[in-house]
Amino acid sequence: MAENILRMHRITKTFPGVKALQDVNLDVARGEVHAICGENGAGKSTLMKVLSGVYPHGTYDGDIEFEGRVVEFKDIRDSERDGVVIIHQELALSPFLSVAENIFLGNEREKRGFVNWNETNLEAAKLLRRVGLDLSPTVRAGDIGVGKQQLVEIAKALSKNVKLLILDEPTAALNDEDSAHLLGLVKGLRSEGITSIIISHKLNEIREIADSVTILRDGRTIETLSLHDGSVTEERIIKGMVGRDMESRYPDRTPVIREEVLRVEDWTVHHPQESSRVIVDKANLSVRAGEVVGIAGLMGAGRTELAMSIFGRSYGSNITGTLYKNGTPITARTVGEAIRHGIAYATEDRKRYGLNLIDDIKRNISGAALGKLAKRGWVDSGREAVVAGDYRTSMNIKAPSVTAVTGKLSGGNQQKVVLSKWMFSDPDVLILDEPTRGIDVGAKYEIYTIINRLAAEGKAVIVISSELPELLGICDRIYTLAEGRITAEVPIAQATPELLMQFMTKEKD
Amino acid sequence: MATTVKDPAVAMPQPPVKHGISFLTSRLRQIGIFVALLVIVTLFQVLTGGALLQPDNVSNIIVQNSYILLLAIGMVMIIVAGHIDLSVGSVAAFVGAMSGIMVQDWSFPWWLAFIVSLVIGGLVGAWQGFWVAYVGIPAFIVTLAGMLVFRGLTQIVLENQRITGFPEEYRQLGGGFLFPGLFPAETNILDWTTVGLGVIAVVLLVVSQLRGRATRARLNLEDEPAAWFFTKLAFIAVIILGLTYLLAGSRSGTPIVLVVLGVLIVAYSLVMSNSVFGRHIYARGGNLQAAQLSGVNTKRIDFMLFVNMGVLAALAGLIFTGRLNSAGPGAGNLFELDAIAAAFIGGAAVTGGVGTVIGAITGGLIMGVLNNGMSLLGVGIDYQQFIKGMVLLLAVGFDVFNKRRASSALK
Repeated sequence: MAENILRMHRITKTFPGVKALQDVNLDVARGEVHAICGENGAGKSTLMKVLSGVYPHGTYDGDIEFEGRVVEFKDIRDSERDGVVIIHQELALSPFLSVAENIFLGNEREKRGFVNWNETNLEAAKLLRRVGLDLSPTVRAGDIGVGKQQLVEIAKALSKNVKLLILDEPTAALNDEDSAHLLGLVKGLRSEGITSIIISHKLNEIREIADSVTILRDGRTIETLSLHDGSVTEERIIKGMVGRDMESRYPDRTPVIREEVLRVEDWTVHHPQESSRVIVDKANLSVRAGEVVGIAGLMGAGRTELAMSIFGRSYGSNITGTLYKNGTPITARTVGEAIRHGIAYATEDRKRYGLNLIDDIKRNISGAALGKLAKRGWVDSGREAVVAGDYRTSMNIKAPSVTAVTGKLSGGNQQKVVLSKWMFSDPDVLILDEPTRGIDVGAKYEIYTIINRLAAEGKAVIVISSELPELLGICDRIYTLAEGRITAEVPIAQATPELLMQFMTKEKD
Repeated sequence: MATTVKDPAVAMPQPPVKHGISFLTSRLRQIGIFVALLVIVTLFQVLTGGALLQPDNVSNIIVQNSYILLLAIGMVMIIVAGHIDLSVGSVAAFVGAMSGIMVQDWSFPWWLAFIVSLVIGGLVGAWQGFWVAYVGIPAFIVTLAGMLVFRGLTQIVLENQRITGFPEEYRQLGGGFLFPGLFPAETNILDWTTVGLGVIAVVLLVVSQLRGRATRARLNLEDEPAAWFFTKLAFIAVIILGLTYLLAGSRSGTPIVLVVLGVLIVAYSLVMSNSVFGRHIYARGGNLQAAQLSGVNTKRIDFMLFVNMGVLAALAGLIFTGRLNSAGPGAGNLFELDAIAAAFIGGAAVTGGVGTVIGAITGGLIMGVLNNGMSLLGVGIDYQQFIKGMVLLLAVGFDVFNKRRASSALK
């Protein structure tokens, strides 16, 4: 094996309450393309943030050796000085600046504080040619497509004399053509001697361009496989990604499944700004009373977008397709209409979208159905307190009183407040988006119990989750979503993590 | 099994009464603002050798500041929703001017002029609300434009002339008193109308507070220590009775505008705390996306808030036009800034979601007492501006400091 450009040794990174990385090792050979694989939440992005100095030295344990010497990066600038450049999943271009300005942002071609525009634009043009972009450097970054923006990011990295390029899900937002171009470019950089680390969910992509792959799971290194001899199959990688034992972390339940409550037909959703980009592509799904249906998909598959577009068109543009509630077509153009049709949606990001963090528990619980507590526009705050008190007891919300501010509660208790809010709106269908994200194990069990209770009460429940064991543990049926398309519908009896992962990583034919 | 589900009985409601210091610190901001007002009143009472709390001066402070307080009510609602309104001074001037034209040039009766004026205010608000809510232009820009537009319109409709000589009835709203002939000051030691009103106000306050506390206690929601509750109640009652006594001893008794203001303060406090509309305002300001995803029609909330602000600005315009007996092209200048300052001194958060009507009124009174006290002392307008500016900065700085301390205590 060639000399290693990078050695990360026993990296451990802890966030309050969570061990994101534990004794992770990563060795990358000089001049190779090294892929990192793992489920959402396995710690891939955290590891790369440790490497690039986003989490500075001292906030993690373990050593990083780069080009043979131990490095202690304090911030991104520090790591970039040594030639480690990370391109984040969310592109960091300033849309109102020109491409050239973006390339040299923070690294301006200047003399005594004045920008040398000729040099800026000339060098930018050279870098753009190097990444295969036929583009004027004076074009505004916001005016070019995502694929080209990604290439501009790489040009920006090249301007910093990059030795190790880290790409976090570079093709997640790209179409096939742009993806192919980008992957070709990474290969080209390899022949120029630039080492790359690429995080990707697309296994065929990894097999195509990577020399080796390291698999992370639950914050630990599972294995590093060499892809040179072609003996490593996609199934082999998937096994590494999901192969954890299923503990009895899920409460028992005997499903009583009745009539269909909600059916979604030919549901197509476009990106809210770029209306030509298809985010959800002719999705069909249905859910029955008393049933828990899972939606499995990797990041960027369109899970949240699908859910939010169903929930009163709160995401997307040019939405086509039909919703059937109890067999009759309905329209839900606003969230209010969706709620009146008995649909509830608990968001993935409860702090940003789910709760008024500066207000108390009772007012958050009543938030989606305040009308139920009001007479001619006046709220009966006494009844509100009683209702909230009942939920506090039945949902076991741990807080001194219903007047406690939600911003001070733990993640699990915040989620229980969100669930209480939607239960109080008395829906027939509940869509729960990542209901246990950022919640500790004990509280997860409580959330699963609540989901079971909802199903037992005859509600139709849709659970969106990145954690396959969770879906396998609580669902009756699982849809897999890949690139906005429903790629399979799997009854729980036949579902295995490997099978689901295959459909979740299935690309367009 | 990794379950940690606790027996629900363990988590049964405990009376969440906090005691002594910890309760006071949790209410520091609300208490602080009242204490600040009291300190300022006491300070100027001493400095002016008792002139501040002379009956006629107290009456004067109320009437002088009534339109700012009125504007502060609407302003704090807009600020809670996360917006701002810079146009209220111009709108008030415009409506004052229109009412002048109505009574003088068109010979409208005063009551018709009032009604039409309030409608004009509502339409102006609807205009601005349309741009904010449905077009999506930030309120700062819309109302900055409105400030110029309605100032310009004021000057256009007045042709840069001043309208004076308003009818007697018109002027009552801004400068009149309640039943002035009933208990003439020459033959009565006190104005008994005022005394009656003051007593009724105290009785209503005590009854509603006691009932509220009883309900909260029944629902196990009471978090105020009893000693604190009764001290606070007694204290407020004493303040109201003291104010009653001063006004009853003044030359003319209760200003009509105080009654209007009192009714609006109570009504809007109730709207903000107990109506669906008010609660949606807090939800919208606290977390816009969460409110939208809970089915709140936030655009309608924004629209209605500006309509409401327009009507209140119109009322303020009628009051000060009546008080000054004059509608001029420069009227109402900088009213918006006083109203905004009142709301922020009163504890409203720049980021929205926090603020109360009572707080804004207290903030407005702090500004008003500062103005009046400094004028009595003969402090120049230059120093007055400087001091008011510092008070605003320190009040909000105190807020920020408090919040930071609270959040670091959490970690």
